[in-house]
Amino acid sequence: MFILLGMPIVEIIIFGFALTNEVKNSKIAVFDQSADQASVAITQELNASRYFDVVKDIHSYSDIDAAFRKGTMKLAVVFPKNFHEDLLHLNKAQVQLIADASDPNVATTLTNYATAIILDYQDRITQGREVPYTIKTEQRMLYNPQLKGAYSFVPGVMAMVLMLICTMMTAVTIVKEKETGTMEIMLVSPLQPFKIIVAKAVPYLLLSLINIASILLLSTFVLGVPIQGNLLLLIGEGVLFIITCLTLGLLISTSTDSQQTAMFISLTGMFLPTVMLSGFMFPIENMPRFLQIISNIVPARWFYSIVKDVMIKGLGFTAVWKETLILVGMTLALLALSIKKFKIRLA
Amino acid sequence: MGSVVVNNIVKTYGTKKAQVTALNGISFEVAPGELFGIIGPDGAGKTSLFRILTTLMLADKGEASVDGYDVVKDLKAIRKRVGYMPGRFSLYQDLTVAENLEFFATIFNTSIEENYDLIKDIYSQIEPFKNRRAGKLSGGMKQKLALSCALIHYPSVLFLDEPTTGVDAVSRKEFWEMLRRLKEKGITILVSTPYMDEASLCDRVALMQEGKLMSVNTPSGIVEQFGKPLLAVRSGNMLQLLRDLKQCREVEDAYPFGEYHHAVMKKDFSQQELEACLKNHPGVTIKAIQPDIEDCFMDLMKN
Repeated sequence: MFILLGMPIVEIIIFGFALTNEVKNSKIAVFDQSADQASVAITQELNASRYFDVVKDIHSYSDIDAAFRKGTMKLAVVFPKNFHEDLLHLNKAQVQLIADASDPNVATTLTNYATAIILDYQDRITQGREVPYTIKTEQRMLYNPQLKGAYSFVPGVMAMVLMLICTMMTAVTIVKEKETGTMEIMLVSPLQPFKIIVAKAVPYLLLSLINIASILLLSTFVLGVPIQGNLLLLIGEGVLFIITCLTLGLLISTSTDSQQTAMFISLTGMFLPTVMLSGFMFPIENMPRFLQIISNIVPARWFYSIVKDVMIKGLGFTAVWKETLILVGMTLALLALSIKKFKIRLA
Repeated sequence: MGSVVVNNIVKTYGTKKAQVTALNGISFEVAPGELFGIIGPDGAGKTSLFRILTTLMLADKGEASVDGYDVVKDLKAIRKRVGYMPGRFSLYQDLTVAENLEFFATIFNTSIEENYDLIKDIYSQIEPFKNRRAGKLSGGMKQKLALSCALIHYPSVLFLDEPTTGVDAVSRKEFWEMLRRLKEKGITILVSTPYMDEASLCDRVALMQEGKLMSVNTPSGIVEQFGKPLLAVRSGNMLQLLRDLKQCREVEDAYPFGEYHHAVMKKDFSQQELEACLKNHPGVTIKAIQPDIEDCFMDLMKN
């Protein structure tokens, strides 16, 4: 009852205030090769706007690359050498905007804001002059040059489908055994409870692997989203996430007694956070602090980031070991908790 | 040493505010190879008792053992050697008859062949339907399948929780015959039932009411304990007859019982006084009868 009445309130608040596609205080890198009057001025303007926080310790293109790989930044502004001089003498200069387009929405928004700020500056210095200054912005979309939406939703859908199938189905099937009473006779048998659970989970593990395969095949051959990274690594991480979801489903099943409740908890408790807080629909960086903290406990968030890194950016294990470790930790914790909660008796 | 020993078991449900006592200090002992009936109406605590004995639940107080193993400490040993058939049909409805049997043989680390002798009598009756899904069987056949599954590992003690509830009269009779044959093979059987008429088919019965045992005895022993004259009375106006019987000083208790009303009389009652009480009734028939378990149950409930 509480959930029924409370859910719309929570959702409207989350959607209304917290989950926005707007960009706020996004960290951007400035690679300033000229460090002159104009470039510094533009950097200050960027920094002063409420959209960006400028990080300056970038001294080469490889620094930008590293920052993108780490995922700390999504946009880099590169000023070429002699920026101000070009502007003064040739009346035109170039700025390069490099964006991490593995999330095309964010990339577009960021480059648009940055371009607007730079044009604003251009208009201001041009005022009262006969020959206008032009600052040309050149945009580069890394990882996803065509800004295809599929690049971001393939990993998202993968996380969502696995979460849904593994968590919900495990929870529901185990609870079904309780409902039909078969759990009762199975408990009064030499069969170890652990084996019952493994037996329940294995079919869904296989089923999910087939799902991963079909998603990957479709995305490669139909959507044209190639797998940039190591396929084995991707599948390995997939299996890890499946196991995380299975244990999550197991935990739900140990705490509920009816299929309906299990289904409801899986749907509202797992599915919605997966959609909203994994970074798939709404960028996590733009969420308020408390939602960002909550998003840390959503396993799909880490899996989404792993898949994006491996599949879209083509990174290796070194780039995703942290996320992997978090998922492993979550799995072990969930497993320990559900084994502790699993009742060897009925009540 | 009994095959099943229950000592002062107490089990309560619910919170402190709304506490329900399911079992209130139950003690009894079942000898090896005995067919022991636990008779009581719904809500008497039969299922709770069975769940405690099959290690599915923990009692709040008291201890119990099955085959010499403690139900709390020796959980694994007990789960290996008991057969349990819950009150609700609890097999896999989507599996066929044969698959269900196969499945239970596997989880008990045995095979159908190994103990086929034991279940042959029962299983042969449902074997013609072995490729039918368990969910599609009739009530009586479901019970036979469930019993086969509970017996597949040759348990030393068999717990049957209301096996005949919702089963037709013919199947019930057959079922009890099967139990008798199993008993001959040396299996201790505990069976619960709400049907009083089934009590006489047990070696010994425990009459249970609201979490308490009212009497544990052989069926004939329970009937002997009754010790009061019992009459079956009928007339043209049964409703009025029951009222009049209850008014009569000679009658201790009266209740409807099939076509007749049963009247428990005071010792040394006078037939004349009773007839005087019922003088307004046309066509009164009165006959002395032997009490059965139900009469005893009604009597015990009163005290």
